[in-house]
Formats: sequence, C-alpha cells, structure tokens
Amino acid sequence: MNALSKRLRARDTQAVIQVETVGQRTLADLGKGERGIIATLTGADSPAVTRRLFDLGLVPGAEVTLLRRSPLADPAIYRVADYDIALRRHEAARVILADPA
Amino acid sequence: MSSHCAPGEGASGGSTTTSNRRFSLVGSPNSGKTTLFNALTGMRAKTGNYPGVTVARYEGKTSVNGATVTIEDLPGAYSLDPISLDESVVTQVLDRENTDLPTPDALIVVADVTTLRRSLAFVAQVLCLELPTAVVLSFNDELSARRGRIDAAQLSKALGVPVVTVTAGSSREITSLRDLMADPASWQRPPVPPPTDPSEISSWIDSVLTSADYVAPEPDARTRGVDRVLLHPVWGTLVFLLIMFSLFQAIFTLATPFMDLIETFFGWLGGLASDFIPGLAGRFVSEALIGGVGGVIVFLPQIMILFLLISLLEASGYMSRAAFVMDRVMRRFGLEGRAFVALLSSLACAIPGIMATRTLPSAKDRIATMMAAPLMTCSARLPVYVLLIGLLVPDTRWGPVGVQGLALMALYVFGALASMLTAALFSKITSRRHQSLPFYMEMPPYRLPSWRSVLLSVWDSALVFLRKVSSIILITTVILWGALNLPLRGEAELVDQGVNPADEAAVAAYTIEHSVAASVGKAMEPAFAPLGFDWRINVGVVSSLAAREVFVATMGQIVAAEDPEDPAEALQTMTHTSGPNEGEPVFTPGTIAALLVFFMFALQCFATIGIIRRESGTWKWPAIAFGYMLALAWGFGLLANVVVSAVT
Repeated sequence: MNALSKRLRARDTQAVIQVETVGQRTLADLGKGERGIIATLTGADSPAVTRRLFDLGLVPGAEVTLLRRSPLADPAIYRVADYDIALRRHEAARVILADPA
Repeated sequence: MSSHCAPGEGASGGSTTTSNRRFSLVGSPNSGKTTLFNALTGMRAKTGNYPGVTVARYEGKTSVNGATVTIEDLPGAYSLDPISLDESVVTQVLDRENTDLPTPDALIVVADVTTLRRSLAFVAQVLCLELPTAVVLSFNDELSARRGRIDAAQLSKALGVPVVTVTAGSSREITSLRDLMADPASWQRPPVPPPTDPSEISSWIDSVLTSADYVAPEPDARTRGVDRVLLHPVWGTLVFLLIMFSLFQAIFTLATPFMDLIETFFGWLGGLASDFIPGLAGRFVSEALIGGVGGVIVFLPQIMILFLLISLLEASGYMSRAAFVMDRVMRRFGLEGRAFVALLSSLACAIPGIMATRTLPSAKDRIATMMAAPLMTCSARLPVYVLLIGLLVPDTRWGPVGVQGLALMALYVFGALASMLTAALFSKITSRRHQSLPFYMEMPPYRLPSWRSVLLSVWDSALVFLRKVSSIILITTVILWGALNLPLRGEAELVDQGVNPADEAAVAAYTIEHSVAASVGKAMEPAFAPLGFDWRINVGVVSSLAAREVFVATMGQIVAAEDPEDPAEALQTMTHTSGPNEGEPVFTPGTIAALLVFFMFALQCFATIGIIRRESGTWKWPAIAFGYMLALAWGFGLLANVVVSAVT
C-alpha cells in the first residue's frame, strides 16, 4: 500500500456537508425521474463504502436523478456527475439528500 | 491532515534510459485504456464495452523515436483507495516502495471525456503520485456528437500536465501521443498537486472544468430509448430470455454446415492416409493424428460462434444491462450482478470467468464465484455434449425449434442452476468474516461494436482452440493411441486366442482389449460400473482430464479401430466385451445420460485447477473444487443412469 493510498484511506468523507438543510430522505427514497441534491453521506460502520461512493461522484452538492429501477425493483440506475450508475438500495440509503428549499 | 499531497512524496521518475522506459496506462474501467493500448502496441488485447475487461496486466512494446519502450495496460480503477483485487494491482504497481513490481517511469491517465467530472477525481489522485503524467481524453467523437465540448489546451493549463485527445481509429492523434512519449522527463508538472481532502476536491474539479470550458454531453438519447425496452420489467425480461435462447439455437444451427464440411474433409484425409501409408504407421496417421485431432477440430465453428455472440454482447454494452437485470436474482444466491457476467463468460471458458472475479470487491464473492464458475458449461464440454446428444436425442424439429438444440440448452440450464446453487452454498459457508462492500456498476452508453475488435476476439478464440488442439490435445491423443495399441500382439498369440490375424478389425479389437489403457480402464470399472461406464468409457474419462474435448478423440480412436468406416454408428453398436452385460450395447440411454451428467459436473480440466490455485493463492480451493465436483458428478451420474434406464 503506497503512502498516497494510505492517506486516501484516512479521508473522512462523512464530515463533508455542503448543503445547509440536511433532510430525512435518501437516494433510495427517490421516485422514478425524481431528482435531488446530495447533502451528506452516512455509514460509520463501513467508511470504505462511503469513500467509494464519494469517489464515484456521489459528493455533497451533486445533483442526482433516479432514471429507472431494474425489472425486479432493485438495483436502480442513477444519473450523477454526467454518467449513469447502478446502485442497490442498501448503498443508496447512505446518501442523504438535502431538503428542497 | 494536509489538504494537498505533500510535495516530494517520492523521487521523480524518468531516470532510466529511453530504451527501457516503462509507461503505464491507468484509468477508470471502460475508459478506453485497452483500445489505446492496442493502438499503441499493435497488440490485440480484448476490449469490450463492459467495465472490467482487462483482468490482468498486459505488457506490450512499441517504438517511439526509434527507441523501444514498454507499455503496460493496468486494470481499470475508480480510485487509488483500492476496494477490489483489480484496484490493488494498480496501487501496487504505482507504489515505489514495492520492489517486486517495476515502478513505471511515466503514467498515461486515460479519461473518458464524456464522464470527465467523475474521471477528474481519479486524475487528481494520480497527479498526487508525482510521477511524470500525461492525460489522454478518449471518446471525443462521442462528446461532440452529444453536443458537449472541451478545450484540451486549457485543460492542460489547468491541470499542469500534457493533455492529448485520442479518438479510436485516428492515427494522427496516436502519432502526437507517440511524439509526446519520446521524452516524459520534459513533461510539464503541476506546480501544486491537486487536493485529496474530500471538502476541497469538488471545488477543484469545478474550477478545472470551468477553465477548460467544459460542457458535459447530453445524455445519450439512443441509449435512453433502447433502455426503455431492454430494461422494461416485461419486455426487458423477455428480451433477456430470448437472447439467451437464441445464443444456444445459433450455436447448433449456424455451425452445422461448417461442421459437415470439416467432417467430410477429415474423413477424406483419413481415407487417403490409410490408403497410401502402409501398416501401423498408416493407422497411426489416420487414427491418432487425423481421426483424433480432426474429431476435435470439427467443433471449431461452434466455439467461434459462441465467442462471436458473447463478444457482441460485451462490446454493445448489453452485458452491463444483463448484470443489472440479474443482480436481484444473483443476490438470492449470495452474489451480485457482476458475478453473473463472470459466470456468463465461463460459458466460453472457466478461465476468463475465474479471472473476471478480480473485479468483485468482496473476497467472499470471489471465492464463491470461483467455485461455481467451472460448473458453467464451457466450450470444451460442447464437443462432448454434441456427440452424446447426437446419440441420445433424435434429430427432429418441432416447428422451427431443433430438439437437439433444446436438449443442449437444457444442459446449459442445469449447469447454470448447479453453478448458482454452489455459489450460494459457498457464499454461506465463507460469509462468517463478512465485510460490507458496496455494489455499484457503471452503465455505459450502447455503442456499435467495432467489427475489428469483435472479429479479433473470435479469431483469438479460434487460435487458442487450435493451439490447444495442436499441443495438449494432440499429445494426449498420441499417448493414448500408444496406450490403446500397445503392446503389439504376435500372430501366434492371436491364433492362440482364436483371432484370425487376417481380420484387421478383430485384431484391433483384441489389441485394444488387452492394451495398457484397457488395464487402467478396467481397474476403474468397480467405481464407475454403477453409472453404466465400461472400461472404454473410463479410458475416455481419464484422458479427458487433460482437456474435456479429448474424450471425443478417445472414443473416436477406440471405435475407429473397430469400425473405421463410421465411428458414430460404431459407438451406437459398441457392446460390453465382458461381465454380466456381455454383448449388450454400452451406450444405452441410461449410460449416455450418466455420461452427460458426469461431464456437466466433473472438474476435468488441469488448466482450471491451475487458475483457481493462482487466483485463490492456495491449493485448498482447487482441491475442494475438484472433490465436490467429482462427488456431484458421480452421485448425479448414478441418479441419471437409474432414472433414465427406468423410463426407457
């Protein structure tokens, strides 16, 4: 493990809160076609997962749209950071959305 | 924690002479690294529109300004904070303190320009390594087609490193990249490395994108439209099933004319050899070389069609959708969508399937998928299945649907079911040290497959198969021919045993019956008699340990000796030579069914055992895989024999 990876591992992605109004809803609560702004990421039990979501562009302040759910309802495809990504409900629930102002 | 990477984190690279220079290609999965690698080196690594096609490190050589340099294609990584084995490989290669692997002298970061916002987060991490770095922007044609834009010169200024745009197929742009690679020591370096602190990275990306006058592309309208159908709850599921169904029908229907041609050719060649080469040598050439090898080459068309269809699915972007649709089903078995792709590529061969497990973040999923992959019906089983189905199932059609094709599909379905259940079992057993790892999968836009890369993949599969035929299969067939035909019998002994030395077929039958191979096969009889196997089938089963296809060649040799005119006919009329069933046919429906089931389950492939050892790092898992698969093969083989014998 190189020094850089060690430092990247030590990042605290959950401390980043860029939006004032942290809401109750998460990505998993979005309906089809609905969009939201990411307020913060949670999940103290597995920070590696949160750091990965962060590196995938699910960063506080980013806009996310739920494009469609899979035929069996889970996972779902989201559009974020100008690309499409599939996430399971379990991961999506770590992404807390801002309250619509 | 400092907000920027500390300066002087390592010595500067580029100290080696030009001729030994090493460039590494890094980038997110599906960013076009492998396409660039192929363009630079002229090598033909496999590319696909599915994240995670490069599952190992590839190295190639190319020349810049007359000097030879090494180019390394690293697996895709979303971050240098690794979460999967693939990504760990990348961080290890980039780690200067790791002396086992040569540290590259310069890095080329490939960034998909249509997803630049996300890609820049990775670029920022790479720049913190403080190695000479250049950024290559890929998919520029797609960016402008979807009405986005970028100013590469300004991006270069904002990042502080050289930026080159490369569009697949443009040799002018490759040339300018080559020129740049002539002297990495002169590459511009950022005065201050980008931030790594999560609270600063977003604004850094924003400012870089603004300076580069970046306009993100619109979502791909065609992809949205196609997804509306292919990911629709009803239509999507139907299309998925239809695609899988057509895959197997195509393997049978499209290949038949080519197989007939090859068969006719080798039949003619074998006849020629036995006519013109006298005695034992003639028999060796016509039976071992032409009969054994030709009997396996017949399956080349089917293997090429299988690879053609799989690489079309990969290159078009449908494979990601299949993984997406199947994720929920896979979760029932304790796995995830990406494991479905690993299992699906095991239809070609378990080896790439097992190597594809490197993209799975979870070690538990990796082991479970590795244990399950060899149960997927690989292309080496195909020849055996085709031969046995031909004996068991009549060649009739129900409307447009061939019954033999249906039987083949049923075998594939059973194999897949067994594979999934195994995965679930191993996933349960190994989940004690469960660690929560995320499931995420990029959905690339649909892209028209490049015919060049699809045809290369088919061509490579053909070469690999032919190489296998000309090495391990040829060697096994030759050894086997010796084992079947030696020791030679003297005339006196033949007469003694009541065999007419002038009757060639009778002599051959007697020789085989008392050959070295026969004694091995007969020694195994107590273990395999319950499945209906006689010693000749046992010889075939043992020989198939080298490669499953050898079974076909072995049976071909055995029967060719008894009836060289029509081996298929001879198999059907083969009778037990001893024991309580003497004189009765060997290939009864029960025995054929047991054989099919045996081949479905047994791990008769040294190469797979080797790769499981390499990928799991211990002999424990290959031993477990071999053991449990043999137990399943024997148990279900017995069951198949009993059930089928009872109903027929």
